[in-house]
Amino acid sequence: MSADNATDNATDNAKDHPDTVAILAGLAAGLSSAEIKIVDLTHRLDPDFPIIVLPPEFGQCAPFRMEEISRYDARGPAWHWHNISLGEHAGTHFDAPIHWISGRDLPNNTTDTLPVQKLVGQVCVIDCEAESDADDDYEMGVDKIAAFEAEHGEIPAQSWVLMRTGWSRRRGADYINLREDGAHSPGPDAAAVRFLVEQRDIIGFGTETVGTDTGQAVHSDPPYPAHYILHGAGRYGLQCLANLDQLPPTGAILVAAPLKIRQGTGSPLRVLALIP
Amino acid sequence: MTTSLPPLPEPVRKDPQKKTPSALIPPSARSRLGMRLSAEAARGRFRLPHCNACNQPVWPPREACPACLSSLQWRDADATGTLIAETTLETSPELYFRERTPWRVGTVDLAGGVPVMAHLHAQCRIGDTVTLRLFLDKADRAVFMAFSDLDSPDLREDIQLRELTNDPRHRRVLITDARTPAGVALARAMTKAGAKRIFAGIGDAWKRDAAIEALEGMETVSTVPLDLTDTRSVEELCGEIGGKVDILVHNAEQVRPGGVMAGRGIADAKQLHEKLVFGFMRLAESFGPVMRSRGADGVNAATAWVNLLSVYAHANWPAYGQHSAAHAATLSLAQCLRGEMQGSGVRVMNAFAGPLEQDWHDQVLPPKVTADRLAREIVGALQGGQQDVYIGDVARDVAERFEDDAKLLEMELAGDGQ
Repeated sequence: MSADNATDNATDNAKDHPDTVAILAGLAAGLSSAEIKIVDLTHRLDPDFPIIVLPPEFGQCAPFRMEEISRYDARGPAWHWHNISLGEHAGTHFDAPIHWISGRDLPNNTTDTLPVQKLVGQVCVIDCEAESDADDDYEMGVDKIAAFEAEHGEIPAQSWVLMRTGWSRRRGADYINLREDGAHSPGPDAAAVRFLVEQRDIIGFGTETVGTDTGQAVHSDPPYPAHYILHGAGRYGLQCLANLDQLPPTGAILVAAPLKIRQGTGSPLRVLALIP
Repeated sequence: MTTSLPPLPEPVRKDPQKKTPSALIPPSARSRLGMRLSAEAARGRFRLPHCNACNQPVWPPREACPACLSSLQWRDADATGTLIAETTLETSPELYFRERTPWRVGTVDLAGGVPVMAHLHAQCRIGDTVTLRLFLDKADRAVFMAFSDLDSPDLREDIQLRELTNDPRHRRVLITDARTPAGVALARAMTKAGAKRIFAGIGDAWKRDAAIEALEGMETVSTVPLDLTDTRSVEELCGEIGGKVDILVHNAEQVRPGGVMAGRGIADAKQLHEKLVFGFMRLAESFGPVMRSRGADGVNAATAWVNLLSVYAHANWPAYGQHSAAHAATLSLAQCLRGEMQGSGVRVMNAFAGPLEQDWHDQVLPPKVTADRLAREIVGALQGGQQDVYIGDVARDVAERFEDDAKLLEMELAGDGQ
């Protein structure tokens, strides 16, 4: 598409929907006056940020690494830059439907083909901190969603839903929380994910933990229900989120755009939320 | 009856107002024939040229037997002789020895009637029946040393022997990837050998396991964060303890089966290379220069850099082909490091082993090397000042075949051999 065409399309859209001009102007004013605040939901990309632990006979996700190319020195006198390397699923990251076998045949299921319209949207935050404090293996069920809706109204279609557990405040060994029988961390149960996808038509589901599933989800039915159900239905995942306690239960806007990686199954990204 | 020796004093803390001494090395010029002796000493062997006709050892080495002009062959020699003369150097035009006088040397009459100049262990007296050993000096050149009693409990209290070896006693050791079975066994063996302090490098500290707990339970051990795949982590640790590492042990055990076509793919190979090969480079870039500068830092000097390598670094074992390749690359870098460390007094030692007694070799038939044996023999090789040590039957067998005919070994391994 040429620049001229893009301008024409934008002009047409504004003519058809004159109210959007005012909405965006209001947004711009809110942002510049800081009445609309932006919250960073992202962890720093650090070499020692935990990544998912799989049995050693499986392939492993590479952690974040950084090597100096030059630092104002003989390798480049006036400039400083790095080469970085990492797995698609390292740090705060996005899961595209192709990540899971259930989503492998869907159209537009990769980071370079998914519809960008879905990458900015309203967000509901379900507070499960008390339950997660009490039980490392807490599974959020449909009853918890019902309780949330009773208080805050029905989750609108095409929303992001984030599960707040306080897990992002954990550091080091406590984050993955490995024991001899594997990781222990909270997540949704299969029925809850199915409800959110089938009854509430969500865009995607996000967590503070290392995956969208519980630490013990390999033992669930189906195994890894959040991955299986979300991606099988073309929905997205966000994990390793932070600062969810700064978001209102409803009314915020989430911005979560993965890198446009060719046939990418996911991507590290900066996740932002606009809050009133 | 040998005289007892007073214990070597524990190194004192350095006077921060004094300049760190520059590294000095003993005279290093040798002919190619003379270098052959160093190559034998490097592997802990006592071999001398022998006449193929009259069977007598010949020293110094020559092109032909001085008695009958027959050809010579290097082979294991009888190391027993008699100390017939001794002297104590009180001064020397050589800078290295000027710093170290008094220094005892003597002449040993080898059993075959061959006089050999040797460094003398403090317990040797004229007329003693002595055993000769070959060591590499600080210039990595072979020298003879004579002992009257190799079983003496005071053997290692000798300052001249300490100068020729890399004994962990009183020294500070960094073990990388220490949460592996080899790492834990090394920490134990170094402690037993009298190491003063052991820094146990731990990557992914957020994964707790029994090995970390075992290391934390040892009084001499301090666990330190170290991820060989992360440049910054290596730099940060070097910033903290670089000046205190006398012996560095590069242990990056990550055994995975598989070759090139039927392997586990690039991603897996990359992780192995990141840790073993690039991990070595990261250590060399950070710790290398510091150790090099401390090679002659008085009694508290950097002394050795040890690499744990697969014997299949010499020739690829296709069943573990990627693993062999990474070790071959590391061996090549170790040879490079050895060159760069020349003149510093820091020895680069390669410890080669065959399959280890561990989970990823569970489909390999014995004999396999246990972690304890690996650690014990590495400590022994440091105490013996060796450059190369082959641990276990498989490693020794592969090394012999490699030395005999590298091409034949390659062909055997490409078949069904091990």
